[in-house]
Amino acid sequence: MSLAAVAARRAMRARAEIATTLSAGRTALTVLRSSPPLTLRQTGPVTVHLVSTAAGPLGGDELELDLRVAPGTTLEVGSIASTLVLPGEGPSSMTVTAHVGAGASLRFAPEPTVLADGCDHRMAVRLSLDGDARVWWREEVVMGRYGEAGGRCVTRFDATAGGRPLLRQELELGTGPCSPAVLGGARCVGSVLTTRPCDTAVADGAVADGAVADGAVADGVVVMPLAGPGTLVQALAADAVELRERLDWGLAQVPPS
Amino acid sequence: MTPGLLLLTDSRLPAGSHAHSGGMEQAVKEGLVHDLASLESFLAGRLRTAGAVAAGFASQACAGHDPVELDAELDARTASPAQREAARTQGRLLLRVARRIWPSPALEELAGRLPSPHHPIALGVTAAVVGATPREAGAAAAYHAVTGPATAAVRLLGLDPVAVHRVLATLDLPSPDGLPAASAPLLDLLAERHRRSPVRLFVS
Amino acid sequence: MGAVHDDVHHAPDGRGRALRLGIGGPVGSGKTALTAALCRALGGSLRLGVVTNDIYTTEDADFLRRAGVLDPERILAVETGCCPHTAIRDDIAANVDAVETLEERFGPLDLVIVESGGDNLTATFSRGLVDRQIFVLDVSGGDKVPRKGGPGVTSADLLVVNKTDLAPMVGADLGVMDRDAAAVRQGKPVLFTSVRTEGAAEVAAWVTEQVHEWSHEHEHGHDHGHGHDHGHPVHA
Ligand SMILES: Nc1nc2c(ncn2[C@@H]2O[C@H](COP(=O)(O)OP(=O)(O)O)[C@@H](O)[C@H]2O)c(=O)[nH]1
Ligand SMILES: [Mg+2]
Repeated sequence: MSLAAVAARRAMRARAEIATTLSAGRTALTVLRSSPPLTLRQTGPVTVHLVSTAAGPLGGDELELDLRVAPGTTLEVGSIASTLVLPGEGPSSMTVTAHVGAGASLRFAPEPTVLADGCDHRMAVRLSLDGDARVWWREEVVMGRYGEAGGRCVTRFDATAGGRPLLRQELELGTGPCSPAVLGGARCVGSVLTTRPCDTAVADGAVADGAVADGAVADGVVVMPLAGPGTLVQALAADAVELRERLDWGLAQVPPS
Repeated sequence: MTPGLLLLTDSRLPAGSHAHSGGMEQAVKEGLVHDLASLESFLAGRLRTAGAVAAGFASQACAGHDPVELDAELDARTASPAQREAARTQGRLLLRVARRIWPSPALEELAGRLPSPHHPIALGVTAAVVGATPREAGAAAAYHAVTGPATAAVRLLGLDPVAVHRVLATLDLPSPDGLPAASAPLLDLLAERHRRSPVRLFVS
Repeated sequence: MGAVHDDVHHAPDGRGRALRLGIGGPVGSGKTALTAALCRALGGSLRLGVVTNDIYTTEDADFLRRAGVLDPERILAVETGCCPHTAIRDDIAANVDAVETLEERFGPLDLVIVESGGDNLTATFSRGLVDRQIFVLDVSGGDKVPRKGGPGVTSADLLVVNKTDLAPMVGADLGVMDRDAAAVRQGKPVLFTSVRTEGAAEVAAWVTEQVHEWSHEHEHGHDHGHGHDHGHPVHA
C-alpha cells in the first residue's frame, strides 16, 4: 500500500475475536470475528493467522483482539507478516486480551511489530490463565524500518496465573534518552513467556537460602525462571533476525515442562 | 520530615546495602558505564524503571496496603531471579536492623508473614513505623535505587565522588503514585550475567 | 513481644548460640590457612561453620571447600562490595545474616569462624558480629609491624604471628616481635605459628578454651540435646 493511500485512510476502531470450545473431545473454533484492519483467517484445525487488510495500525486506530481458549482446548495464533505502526492523528493502540481455561493451551506467535518514525503506539496484553493452562506468548518490537530511528511505544503486559500475578511489565520505547540500564543501543527487544501448569509451581521462597532456579544467559538474551509458574526469555538485538535467533536460543534452554 | 527517615535513607544504616551495586558492577565490566555521562544515563534509566517501581511499592506499603499482596506483585514485576534474590536479601537485612532499631508490632508482623520481603516492602513498612508519609517512603525507595549504584561506580571507576553526587542531585525523582511495572531488559541481563560471574566485588 | 518472631533466634546476650570467632589481618598473612587448620584440628570435637569475606571471587571459600576440612555446605561466602572492613565493622548485616543462616541450617553449632577479606592494621571486627577475634600477621611484613600497633594488633583477643618458617629468609627477629607485641597488648596472648609447615595446634587449643568459656558463660537456655547437664559443647 502506498503512503498516499495510508494517509488517506481514516482512523479505525476494530475488534476481532477468537473463541474455542471443546466438542467431542476436540477443539472447535466457534467464534472467529474480525474487522479491518484486523482480519483473521483460519489456517489449520486450531490455527488462526492475522492478515492485514489495511495498513497500520495508524495513529488514531484502536484495535482489540480477544482470545478465549476454553478448558481443554488448543489455539495457535500467528500473523502473516510483521505489523507496521504508522503515525496519524493521535496515538494508536492494540490491546490483546486472552483467557486460557483449565488444561487449555494457547500459542501466540505473531511476527514483530515495527514502529515507524513518528508513530505513537500503545500495546497492552492482558492474559489470565486458569489452573494448569499453558501459554507460549511472543512479543517482538523493532524500532523503525531500515534507516529509521523509530517512533514511540509504551507496552504493558499483565499476566495472572490462577488469580495470582505472574508477570507485569511496562516498557517505554522512544520516549527518552536511551539508557545503559534499559535498552542500551539495541533497536529490537522481544520476549517469550512460557508457562508450566500452576500445580508444578516452585515458589522461590527458597530465595532466603540463596537457592533460585537457574535460568541461563548469553549475549543479549536471558532466560529467567519467574517466581510463579513460568519462564521469561528476554532478548535485545540489533535487528529482527538476530532478535529471533536469540529468543530461539533462549527457548532451547527452557526445560520442557 | 521525621528523623527516622533520615536514618533510613542514610547509606551508613548497617543494612547490607553497601555490598549491592544494582547492576553497576556488571555494567562497568561490560563497558556500558565508563564515565560520568554514561553513569548519569544509567542512573536515569534505573530511576525511571526499577526506581519508579520501588517507589510505588514502598509508598503503598507505607500506606498500609497488605504487604503479602504487594510482595507477590513485586515478584511479578521482577522477572530476573538474580534481581529477586538481591531485593529479598536487602529486604531481609533491612527488616532485621529495623526491628532492633525501631521495635514495633508492625515490623514483627511483617517478619512473621514475610521473613525476606522485597526491599521496598521492608522500607515502606519501616517508614510508616518511623512516622514518614507514603510519599516520603516512595522518595526514599527511589533514592535507594540509585545511590547504591552511584557509590559502587565511585569505587569501581574512581570517579570524582563530588561529581557523582551532583549527578544524583539532578536526577528527577519519579512520582510514587500508583504501582508502575516499568521494566528494564538490560538490567535483567546484567543481573543474570553478574550472578554467574566468578569474579565480583558486589552481591548484585 | 518480639521474642516470638525474632529471627535473631537467640537472646542478644548470646545464650544458646555458637561462639563467633573473627579472623582478621592483612591480605596474605595466612587467615585462610589458619581457618583451614582450625577446621582440621577442631572438626572432630566441635560443630563448626565458616563464613568467608572474599574481596574478589569466592577463592577463599572455594579453597576451604576443596581442602575438604569441612562439609562444603557449612562454608558461606559473603561479597563485600570493595570494602572488606565495612562488612566486618560498620555494616555487618550480610555477615550476621550468613552466620545465622549457618546456625539455622546446621545448628546448634559450637563455633562459627568469620574470616575477613583482608584489612589494613586499623581494621577490627565489630562486637556485634563476633565474640572473639584473632588478628593474623606474618613475619614477611617485617618485625616492626607489632610495634606499629593499630587496633587489630593491640585489641585482638589473640595475636597470631604466622610464617615463622620464613623469619630467617626475611631477617625478621621473632624476639623483637614478641617483645613489641607484649608491650602494646597489655598481657593479651600472642602465638607464633608456621601454619603451613606445622599446623596450628596452639591456636586450636586457645580457641577450644574460648568455646568452653563461652558455653559456660552463656549456659544454654533451652536443651540443645547435648546430653550434658551444663551445656558443654564438646561432644568428641
Ligand atoms: N611459608 C609459609 N606460607 C604460608 C604460611 N601460612 C600460609 N602461607 C601461605 O601464604 C599464602 C597466603 O595465605 P592465605 O591463608 O591465603 O592468606 P589470607 O589472605 O590471610 O587468607 C598462601 O600461599 C599460603 O599457602 C606459613 O606458615 N608459612
Ligand atoms: Mg583469605
